[in-house]
Amino acid sequence: MDIIIEGIKQAFILLFTFDPEVLGITWLSLEVSGTATLISLMIGVSVGTAIALTRFPGKRFVISLINTGMGLPPVVVGLFVTIFLWRNGPLGFLEILYTPTAIIIAQAVIATPIVMGISLAAIQNLPANLRLQILALGATRLQMVWILVKEARLPLLAAIMAGFGGVISEVGASIMVGGNIKGYTRVLTTATVMETSKGNFDIAMALSIILLLLAFAINAALTQIQQRERPR
Amino acid sequence: MTDGNPILEVRNLQVNRGGVSVLNIPHLDVFEGKVLSLIGPNGAGKSTLLLALSRLLKSFRGDIFFKGRKISSNHSILSYRRNISMVFQEPLLFDTTVFENVASGLKIRGMKKDETKSAVEEYLERFGIHHLVNRSARKLSGGEAQRTSLARAFAIKPEIIFLDEPFSSLDPPTRESLIEDLDRILRETGTTAIMATHDQMEALRLSDQIAVMNLGEIAQIGPPEQIMNYPEDEFVASFVGMETIFAGRVTKTHEGSFVVSISGRDIEALGIVTTGDTVVCFIRPENVVLSKHPSEEMSSARNVFPGTIVRITSMGLFHKVQLDCGFPLFAYVTHQSLENLSLDEGGDVFASFKATAVHVIRKEKK
Amino acid sequence: MMRRFKNFGIFLGVMLVFAFVVSGTSVEAATPQQKNIIMATTTSTQDSGLLDVLLPLFERKTGYFVKTIAVGSGQAMTMGQKGEADVLLVHSPAAEKKFVAEGYGINRRLVMHNDFIIVGPKSDTAGIKGAKSSGEAFKRIAVSNAVFMSRGDNSGTNSKEKEIWKTAGINPEGQKWYQQTGLGMGQTLSVAAEKKTYTLADRGTYLALKKNLGLDILVEGDPILLNIYHVIEVNPVKWPKVNAAGAKAFADFMVSGQTQKIIKRFGVDKFGSPLFFPDAGKKDEMLGK
Repeated sequence: MDIIIEGIKQAFILLFTFDPEVLGITWLSLEVSGTATLISLMIGVSVGTAIALTRFPGKRFVISLINTGMGLPPVVVGLFVTIFLWRNGPLGFLEILYTPTAIIIAQAVIATPIVMGISLAAIQNLPANLRLQILALGATRLQMVWILVKEARLPLLAAIMAGFGGVISEVGASIMVGGNIKGYTRVLTTATVMETSKGNFDIAMALSIILLLLAFAINAALTQIQQRERPR
Repeated sequence: MTDGNPILEVRNLQVNRGGVSVLNIPHLDVFEGKVLSLIGPNGAGKSTLLLALSRLLKSFRGDIFFKGRKISSNHSILSYRRNISMVFQEPLLFDTTVFENVASGLKIRGMKKDETKSAVEEYLERFGIHHLVNRSARKLSGGEAQRTSLARAFAIKPEIIFLDEPFSSLDPPTRESLIEDLDRILRETGTTAIMATHDQMEALRLSDQIAVMNLGEIAQIGPPEQIMNYPEDEFVASFVGMETIFAGRVTKTHEGSFVVSISGRDIEALGIVTTGDTVVCFIRPENVVLSKHPSEEMSSARNVFPGTIVRITSMGLFHKVQLDCGFPLFAYVTHQSLENLSLDEGGDVFASFKATAVHVIRKEKK
Repeated sequence: MMRRFKNFGIFLGVMLVFAFVVSGTSVEAATPQQKNIIMATTTSTQDSGLLDVLLPLFERKTGYFVKTIAVGSGQAMTMGQKGEADVLLVHSPAAEKKFVAEGYGINRRLVMHNDFIIVGPKSDTAGIKGAKSSGEAFKRIAVSNAVFMSRGDNSGTNSKEKEIWKTAGINPEGQKWYQQTGLGMGQTLSVAAEKKTYTLADRGTYLALKKNLGLDILVEGDPILLNIYHVIEVNPVKWPKVNAAGAKAFADFMVSGQTQKIIKRFGVDKFGSPLFFPDAGKKDEMLGK
């Protein structure tokens, strides 16, 4: 119990004294996970919508792949991305291993199936004739897709939160592809693991609390938007 | 009364699904400003035909001409779709306010917010939902929602409006009032309408033409009275031939009652009409009483006609008797009555019905 | 239907490129690639905090950016074998010698050493305090069935521990009193403290956590307990892609006089005694004397 209390004390101290290293780590976590979520949003929503609206052979198989992808273990993703980005790997020439970009890529790979799967389900859940109704109002294909996405905005916001939640809290991939380099690729989760392994439980606890606060703040904001969208 | 030019012409329309032909229309013309109803059992192809005609269905063979021009390229399809509207059985409203919903068709066409205001308000008024302008679509009753859907479809001032069983999920009183409003608005705006329905009363009420569909084909097409009284084949006959419907000229009127003349017979009815009007009337079979001789009971009924029994069909608990009294007349009799009166096909009977049994569906001014 | 796919394909492609460019420019430090050195080392080395002092100096002086990848000893060596690191700072002499012998590394140079200590509860139920050698101490632990907490993670510390068991002639695997955490040094010490067991730790980590542990140093000073650090450059002949110049610059820095002086002083103000002992230039056999 005292560890938790110690941790809360430490958290406040670190935050209110604007400890630069902690602020840097926090900001980096936000940037990296935020960017990854943004990428997963763009790919996930567009592809998910396309799949939901298109008929093609093997559709069910593809959907089950996506659903499986939603549960991809981050560590596995980290391993695969590392192998690709290694110097001697196929994408080694890009030289982005152990950079924040690598973490963004790994996290985007983790988050995209989540956003895609939920978007797909959200669009499929709209009334079957809604698509026709929109076209009957004179919409172009593009307008139709835009209106459908707007109609599904409640579950889509949930998808964003799920995607963000999944990556802000993951550590396996971040450590592997980022390397936890001080001031460069060290994020809240990897720093927590490091401090724990060093035995600095109070600092680890403080970082965990900051992570929780961050996740809560973002989700509270998104929930506000989601629930505000519900007309009276 | 001439029909205008056909606004929509269909030639050799064929739709296949999974190797089976679900729609086969060699020829169909729809005239401007007229209402065409499609009736038929489930699976007859009514919805498919609507989707094909509105070009919402993509794959079919055959040609559709709008105002004489073939609709084929992507561009012409889109501009055609911008001239038409469709309303479905479910309101399919967007998750926003009534105003935004009704304005959506206009916004799609690029109209700016302030311009849409007057168009939207006009149709909110017409459909009697102006008081709901800022209400969320989620909080509307079934009738209000469907009115919104209709207002949305009309707000873009379509040349043709397609309706796929628009009233089937509404309860009778709501349906009644909506049908009235739709009727009025169609006449006021002169919009061409093609409506699929399985409610024959609706079809009779609203249509200039009825097409009876079966297994993807049009079994018969013509004005309501013609379909109802002169079915061309077994299927149409069994599908529609249940009630008496006729059109005649009003020859006399007197304080809320009038006489309508058809095939030389004078029928007394109740209603406010003008001499010289043509009225379409309808008599429920259960209100027709049959007897072997004109009797005392019959004297209270104003309309007594001798006739020949054309056909007797068993309908389970009762029998449907089709008579020829100079005009077609249908009556229901119980099994008991059938025996008591020893009714036979080809035999003669007297049929009577009260003036109150005659319902005026439509009137056309001369 | 396919047309829709094509539209989305294009949309997707544009988005991907956009995202990649955005992420690349906003988050990535704009350093030209030859300036990056990937240095693989062990978690305990990083945890000691020594690198946090040395690396900024090196980076300021040379303009290189050192990416410290702290992993287990085994993984560090493997990274070197695969050419995924430019330079190694490790402390597993046996494995290192093999590494160089097989041609993966060049210029293996002695940097410093610290030592391991055997710690345990004050009660010392196995009576190892005063043992003449660490092997002797381990024997006493085995005989008395006192619990020994091992890291069990193939780290440098773990290898040293296994070496000592060998000299004691004991195989602890599978014995009930032998527990393995699979965790880092700091965590393992915490677990040992919690359960009041014996364990082998490097002095640096022990000193850093000493306050909160409640474990005492029971055996120290045995030559076998020396933990010797070498810096090895990954062989550019085998792996042309390594930053050979950077690796050499780093290795040179580690053995330079100025750095060695800093190493000598590191930890004194905080713990009262230094955590590391500089050894650059000495011969291996001279150590510990």
